Amino acid sequence: MKVTAKFFASYRELLGNSEVEVDVEERATVAHLVKKINQLYSVLPSTPVMIAVNAEYVEVDFRLSDGDEVAFLPPLSGG
Amino acid sequence: MFKVTDEPIIVEQIVDSVKTGEDGAVVTFVGLVRNNSNGKKVLYLEYDVYKEMAEKKLHEIGDEIKHRWGIADVAVCHRIGKMEVKEICVVIAVGAPHRKEAFEACQYAIDRLKHTVPIWKKEFFEDGEVWVEETPHP
Repeated sequence: MKVTAKFFASYRELLGNSEVEVDVEERATVAHLVKKINQLYSVLPSTPVMIAVNAEYVEVDFRLSDGDEVAFLPPLSGG
Repeated sequence: MFKVTDEPIIVEQIVDSVKTGEDGAVVTFVGLVRNNSNGKKVLYLEYDVYKEMAEKKLHEIGDEIKHRWGIADVAVCHRIGKMEVKEICVVIAVGAPHRKEAFEACQYAIDRLKHTVPIWKKEFFEDGEVWVEETPHP
């Protein structure tokens, strides 16, 4: 199945792109996706701080579905 | 009104958006671009955002305030993009029958914003630039 990985701020600059489509296995978790992305691009910390799936915060054991939008969020600094 | 914009924020418009006949006070928080950071001179800032999620999280802050204080007259507007020193980056307005609840809810809103709303600031110095990725100032 395919998911869309989105990158912001420092992660976006490290990758040189704001989003990529990634193939993952059925029943893959966010942790699997992080491992796969780092094999491909090596841009994320091994334990990324904040992750959102379809614009809601999740933990790394969250199970992904086809078409999910997974956002990798560096430490926030709004305000 | 809960929104992220790349246009300059007009404080009066945000205040007007929360005023009702039952309110005895509107407390506003106006966040500015500061000219220094950790002892270094800041030339300007740039903000990045995950807009869809940021506006959703701002709405949730409004819901939390409604649940906790019974206050519905809340507006939060965060600007993104490039901003010069002294420009307004965020405005929060809370209208309430009495000032105490309005002050408390306004403080709550800016504290929550810093912890839950996906927005990032990049500081530009004379000798470089850096994404701010640290625990928000208490």
